[in-house]
Amino acid sequence: MPKKFVLIATVFLFFMGAVIAPALADSYKVGAVFSVTGRTSFLGDPEKKTAVMVAEEINKAGGINGKELELIVYDTEGDATKTNLAVKKLINQDKVCAVIGPSLSGTSMAVVPLAEQFKTPLVSCAASYKITWDDKASKPRHWVFKTPQTDTMAVDAIYTHLKARGIRKIAVMSVTTGFGKSGHGELLKLAANYGIKVVADESYGPKDTDMTAQLTKIKGVGPEAIVNWSVGPTQVVVLRNWKDLGMTKIPFYQSHGFGSRKNIELAAGAAEGVYCPLGAVNVAQILPSGHAQKKVTMQYMNNYAAKYNEPLSSFGGHAWDALHLVAGALKAVGCDRAAIRDYLENKTSGFVGQHGVFKYSPSDHIGLDKDAFLMVVVKDGDWALAK
Amino acid sequence: MEEFTLTSQLFQYLITGLTIGSIYAMVAIGFNIIYNVTEIINFAQGEFVMLGGLIMVFLHVAAGLPLLLAFPLTVILVTLVGMLLNRLAIRPIRQPSVLTLIIATIAASIIIKGIAMFIWGKDPFDLPAFSGRTPINFFGAIIQPQYFWVGGFLVAIVILLTFFFEKTITGKAMSACADNPDAASLVGINVNHMVLLSFALSAAIGAVAGITVTPISLMEYDRGAMLAIKGFGAVILGGLGSFPGAILGGLIMGTIESFGAGLVHSGYKDAFALIVLLAVLFFKPSGLLGSIEITKIKKF
Repeated sequence: MPKKFVLIATVFLFFMGAVIAPALADSYKVGAVFSVTGRTSFLGDPEKKTAVMVAEEINKAGGINGKELELIVYDTEGDATKTNLAVKKLINQDKVCAVIGPSLSGTSMAVVPLAEQFKTPLVSCAASYKITWDDKASKPRHWVFKTPQTDTMAVDAIYTHLKARGIRKIAVMSVTTGFGKSGHGELLKLAANYGIKVVADESYGPKDTDMTAQLTKIKGVGPEAIVNWSVGPTQVVVLRNWKDLGMTKIPFYQSHGFGSRKNIELAAGAAEGVYCPLGAVNVAQILPSGHAQKKVTMQYMNNYAAKYNEPLSSFGGHAWDALHLVAGALKAVGCDRAAIRDYLENKTSGFVGQHGVFKYSPSDHIGLDKDAFLMVVVKDGDWALAK
Repeated sequence: MEEFTLTSQLFQYLITGLTIGSIYAMVAIGFNIIYNVTEIINFAQGEFVMLGGLIMVFLHVAAGLPLLLAFPLTVILVTLVGMLLNRLAIRPIRQPSVLTLIIATIAASIIIKGIAMFIWGKDPFDLPAFSGRTPINFFGAIIQPQYFWVGGFLVAIVILLTFFFEKTITGKAMSACADNPDAASLVGINVNHMVLLSFALSAAIGAVAGITVTPISLMEYDRGAMLAIKGFGAVILGGLGSFPGAILGGLIMGTIESFGAGLVHSGYKDAFALIVLLAVLFFKPSGLLGSIEITKIKKF
């Protein structure tokens, strides 16, 4: 009996091995964790769609070094615990070469220790600089990279533009959510670097119906420009109030959260002349033909619209950047986690992505600076590059 | 830049406050109608407002119906939702305690919000203002024409409700249920019908609030809860069950928020309203216009 068992087991294992081995040999596994459903699905949904599309495109073009790129996507629902479990599973069970995502700063922070512990490269799609920066050690986290721009860069881009126009006195408005508070902090912190004085600092709730009171107060102070930091309906309502109050002579700057044409539409004419910093991916059509990112952004825009029949969201671009960076590393070094990490850090300089031209280095795992933002102005109901 | 005097600033705060206050007042009236007949605080009241706005957007903007047709149709549809809420969530509960019923309305509000998210998605929607968006300059303060519509509808609702409760048999029957449901059913009033009617009425008023506020502030699926909380604050401030109290409470809440944001600091604007609310309750626990005697005989 035991003999027979051993025989069967051996045969079994042999065939299993035969089945598994080609699968291993023929594919590179990359894990992805996005908040596909839940409150933050507006981030995760386009990210997942983009990643799936990019993987298909790569495989259609013959894969990576003749091997298939196998993308394994898990939904985090925006929940830190679920993200943690998903990443553990990706690393230990699915044995992926690298992980892209998560979508949120919070969920990213929850898996940063895992990437370090299991020595797996992680390319986050969330904004906070803390994801890649170890404050205690004052150096980047060894295994963690990220693709999106940070709030600091958006503020830098706005302030650079203000300074060039000779504007010194500004009013700051922000929404009382994580996004608004983070931007608010950066706005106040960086103002002095540009010789800018914040003369009014107003806030409002994410579900507030009207910001006339805040703007009335600002109007009384008489700043030279207004910088507003919010997402959702409030950033549209605030524009309408601004226009109704006859304040259009005071230039209005929105955060990079304003980057959807839908907002211009909703503002019903009140967005005219409003400035905001946007990644190249938001404004592919209006980029000059010589722009470094013109080709990749146009291609992404057209392919996404063709596949999903909906306009792309700039958030999807973060996943595009992350997956292409990892795919490039796989092509160069194969499925070796440590080699992928080294490649990302040292050899990807000049990678042209949706949100900028990346230049990771041992001292910088963000890879972008304020040039990753273009200052855009609303003109005739559409974006135009600001001068 | 032209001179922007303190007077016109103050005036601007007042007007903004009264407009937002009118919306709170409408929500507050809706709370009161149902409370008076059933002693339930209907936490789905804010969802009526949200539905009013979104259904109106659907009928007027997406389906292209003229304003005069879309408006009543929206009110009717939301009224039906209110009646369904009563039939499906409130009526089937056996041996209801007030607390169970209130919890049922919370559940209903979550379900309505979820359904709205499925139908309309998470994006905010806009509605064209009823009479254009050209602001009117009034002593240096800027008034959107839509503000007049909000205020106008509040006045219209108050007049109609006063007439209804004072002059019609049905209205008086409803007031009777509010006073004493057992006695009311003894004299032949169908209390169940009156409860249904109260849900219908407050849903209709919620719909009007939603339709009139959407051109000012846009509307999205999860706006209801915030409006319900503000409206509830107005109810408590004015005195639970008192109609003039609800209106006064709503207008005061709106004005305090506006002046607080403008004159002190916008970050604490919700706190000002709450401080005033607490102060009033401290000195007059029944609210500004509520009566202690009535509060004592109510279960909740």
